Amino acid sequence: MLGRTLREVSAALKQGQITPTELCQKCLSLIKKTKFLNAYITVSEEVALKQAEESEKRYKNGQSLGDLDGIPIAVKDNFSTSGIETTCASNMLKGYIPPYNATVVQKLLDQGALLMGKTNLDEFAMGSGSTDGVFGPVKNPWSYSKQYREKRKQNPHSENEDSDWLITGGSSGGSAAAVSAFTCYAALGSDTGGSTRNPAAHCGLVGFKPSYGLVSRHGLIPLVNSMDVPGILTRCVDDAAIVLGALAGPDPRDSTTVHDPINKPFMLPSLADVSKLCIGIPKEYLVPELSSEVQSLWSKAADLFESEGAKVIEVSLPHTSYSIVCYHVLCTSEVASNMARFDGLQYGHRCDIDVSTEAMYAATRREGFNDVVRGRILSGNFFLLKENYENYFVKAQKVRRLIANDFINAFNSGVDVLLTPTTLSEAVPYLEFIKEDNRTRSAQDDIFTQAVNMAGLPAVSIPVALSNQGLPIGLQFIGRAFCDQQLLTVAKWFEKQVQFPVIQLQELMDDCSAVLENEKLASVSLKQ
Amino acid sequence: MAAPMLRWGCRGRRWAFARVDGGSCHRRGAPTGSTSNRIRGESSVAQQPLHTAQKTRKGEHKWAAVVGLEIHAQISSNSKLFSGSQVRFSAPPNSLVSFFDASLPGTLPVLNRRCVEAAVMTGLALNCHINKKSLFDRKHYFYADLPAGYQITQQRLPIAVNGSLIYGVCAGKKQSQVIPKTVRIKQIQLEQDSGKSLHDNLRSQTLIDLNRAGVGLLEVVLEPDMSCGEEAATAVRELQLILQALGTSQANMAEGQLRVDANISVHHPGEPLGVRTEVKNLNSIRFLAKAIDYEIQRQINELENGGEILNETRSFHHKLGCTMSMRDKEGKQDYRFMPEPNLPPLVLYDATSLPAGADPQQVINIDQIRETLPELPSVTREKLVQQYGMLLEHSFTLLNEVGLLEFFQNVIKETRAEPKKVTSWVLNTFLGYLKQQNLAVSESPVTPSALAELLDLLDSRTISSSAAKQVFEELWKREGKTPGQIVSEKQLELMQDQGALEQLCHSVMEAHPQVVMDVKNRNPRAINKLIGLVRKATQSRADPVMIKELLEKKLSL
Repeated sequence: MLGRTLREVSAALKQGQITPTELCQKCLSLIKKTKFLNAYITVSEEVALKQAEESEKRYKNGQSLGDLDGIPIAVKDNFSTSGIETTCASNMLKGYIPPYNATVVQKLLDQGALLMGKTNLDEFAMGSGSTDGVFGPVKNPWSYSKQYREKRKQNPHSENEDSDWLITGGSSGGSAAAVSAFTCYAALGSDTGGSTRNPAAHCGLVGFKPSYGLVSRHGLIPLVNSMDVPGILTRCVDDAAIVLGALAGPDPRDSTTVHDPINKPFMLPSLADVSKLCIGIPKEYLVPELSSEVQSLWSKAADLFESEGAKVIEVSLPHTSYSIVCYHVLCTSEVASNMARFDGLQYGHRCDIDVSTEAMYAATRREGFNDVVRGRILSGNFFLLKENYENYFVKAQKVRRLIANDFINAFNSGVDVLLTPTTLSEAVPYLEFIKEDNRTRSAQDDIFTQAVNMAGLPAVSIPVALSNQGLPIGLQFIGRAFCDQQLLTVAKWFEKQVQFPVIQLQELMDDCSAVLENEKLASVSLKQ
Repeated sequence: MAAPMLRWGCRGRRWAFARVDGGSCHRRGAPTGSTSNRIRGESSVAQQPLHTAQKTRKGEHKWAAVVGLEIHAQISSNSKLFSGSQVRFSAPPNSLVSFFDASLPGTLPVLNRRCVEAAVMTGLALNCHINKKSLFDRKHYFYADLPAGYQITQQRLPIAVNGSLIYGVCAGKKQSQVIPKTVRIKQIQLEQDSGKSLHDNLRSQTLIDLNRAGVGLLEVVLEPDMSCGEEAATAVRELQLILQALGTSQANMAEGQLRVDANISVHHPGEPLGVRTEVKNLNSIRFLAKAIDYEIQRQINELENGGEILNETRSFHHKLGCTMSMRDKEGKQDYRFMPEPNLPPLVLYDATSLPAGADPQQVINIDQIRETLPELPSVTREKLVQQYGMLLEHSFTLLNEVGLLEFFQNVIKETRAEPKKVTSWVLNTFLGYLKQQNLAVSESPVTPSALAELLDLLDSRTISSSAAKQVFEELWKREGKTPGQIVSEKQLELMQDQGALEQLCHSVMEAHPQVVMDVKNRNPRAINKLIGLVRKATQSRADPVMIKELLEKKLSL
């Protein structure tokens, strides 16, 4: 049961094959077993069981709230949850219990979903590895998969297994690990420069970043307001669509959500025919750092579309190469501003120093933020200084517009969706990852995902195949703004073609054989 | 008084509109800079103006002062600019604080429609160009009562620009002439108010009250077109009346709904402007005028003594009557402005740009707001002048005193007396009594109806005007009696019996042959003495005009 998709388990709940409470307990027990993954910062066991009980009553009375009723979900710990500690993996917010729910959290709860807990991340979502939070790094469940282990045994150079675990990617690594390890059926991440798609790719999941303005940010503790979007991590595209259906829509509490009517619910048709589609392949995304495996899968995916009758054309996004540096200026500037509120006065950490208000601020912020956050605050304030503003911030905004225009031009040339890699390579071991600092890693790892946030477009990472090492590789589809449904429809067709294998964790969870119900799906049509 | 000693044309007396016959004493007209306030160390500084003033009077140095104002008016609205919290003065601390106001992480601003309408309305009333698109920015600084670490304001593209404010300054020998002056308005911007810090020095701690945090403000920037405290004070008073007429702000300075910062510099005419200082903490119009005049004089003294003016922020100390440097620790702040990313551009429409089928709840139509503009004070004054034939300065006084115009209009409505008579009574007698006892119009013991009845009695010659004053004094005692009751109790009616009066005149003339001789010897003024004597004999109950007629007849003049 745990290995099923959200849609499947929802059907099972409706048919009474399992009750919400049973499902909840199974997930809770798995959360405990996989505690070493460090996917969760807070497990909201009591809340989840109570919600399950209520859901069970509804099912008994035939008053189910819909597909999400009784479904265990997890939420990244940078979404405000009423009565449940929300830390952003930072000392600054340790012990902070918000008095309100983020709109997306509230919407999920209103649909009857069970909140299993709050997932780990890089501090304030600043990172691409889920390694830089105050609660420690998140371990990629694939480190313990049969697929990866078997490959490693063949490799004579493999070192000590325990120290060789892989990162999840980030910053929503906890959410990705939680879904990947079957502790829940969907999780909320956030996506500012790729923070949902990147860990999804590394953990073999669907990672969806909706159009900016489609889903409310109210209650999402911001990284970069103008780029943040709540992200959705699921095991398949249909599941992402179900969650999106629950979340999308205008929110009076978020003035940047759009009021235009959107098609709801997000029911995805099964495309039988892709011959009317035009797939764009941005040539600038073929960078030297791209691993040959990813590159090869990318071109195979393009071939697949072409062979099925779609038009596949090369497009140019000429300003992509400026995306990283432009993002650095805009991100750090907004970070400097957004972090100003953490002064220890109203909530969160406060130091013991009370010589003066200024001294208290300084010590509180030094103790509360890690080096990454403090570094970004410092850079951001530099860019916003009167003498630098025009040269940095304004220029970066102009470049951002050019980057966004690149996409518009591509779509205007007749392209329906763009197909790109999500990451340069598969997940790397933690010890390898930390050889570079956070800034370098973030710059490298967001290279394919970041420009999308600048333009506010919808994008989704779909797991495609396992690498030679037995690790997942994802590809990214990018759609026109607010054409999220079309994007997911194409992604669903693709997903069906590639038949990505289910993670095999039986060694890890010896008595959870139920996990392996879907082993039969383990065929890889795009395998090299 | 500091102002009249200077050369740049401002007459010292301010707010002197009330003196119809030079009678009443206006509260705000009280002399400024009284020496009794100058105590301790500041006294030497405070007294220097006298010295310089004499110099300037000789024309050795001509100085011109340049004054610009930044005015923050709290918008009168039910809820705050970006949150649903209520706006209320003097509520228990931190009782009106939403999650957004406390800047809980993840909260977002949602613009209050009423505040935008108030800004548009104010902009239109001040002849501004309303920007169809305006933007919000973040202004960063760390302060305990600014929980987000930044204020949301409109730095780059404010909602209204390029307006003007016309105000009247009193001039002429008797301050009886009103000269219209114009100050340009640079811009009006919407922004958030901060919270309040309460410093508990005893326990050396600071307490924060966030009730005010996030309340909508209109920042009105007045160009440096003013040249003295009086001009600035008059301009602010006019703005206050306009805001109150519009209902966009209660503009009560004592409650902090109207706060003024003044930018002040002095220079020799024809030369570049001097270095300016900013004076804060001006919480009444009187102190505003006082502080500006003090600061102008301080700068002149400083420069004449070879000193220099620092570009600094100064605070007005109203007990000492002087400005003092606030000594910012960090010097000039860099506010690190950036666009507020959580608020889309504020787009306004007019009749021509309004999209068809737009939801009226979602759009703001400038033309529609223009149609709902109420009568502005300048128009009200004009109407008063035309309708009642009063002097312009009287109309100023009627508007300047809170509630006085309404009082006046209520009296007019109920009395048969001439408007001029009503004007005179309201502005001299009534306002005089109020001022003497430091009362507001709303605290007056005399109601409009009572005054109207009194004026009717006067108009019908039932009582003399001196008797009327007596009745008024009785009314002021709040004994609940009507003018009619007072008149009959005190027997103040004029003598209507002409025969008796004739008899009295006769006796008086007989008793004062010398005076009668004087009159007959062509000293016409002497008759006044006779009139006075007769009136005295009637206990002031006779109409002097009638007495005069009878006397003249008897004296066969």
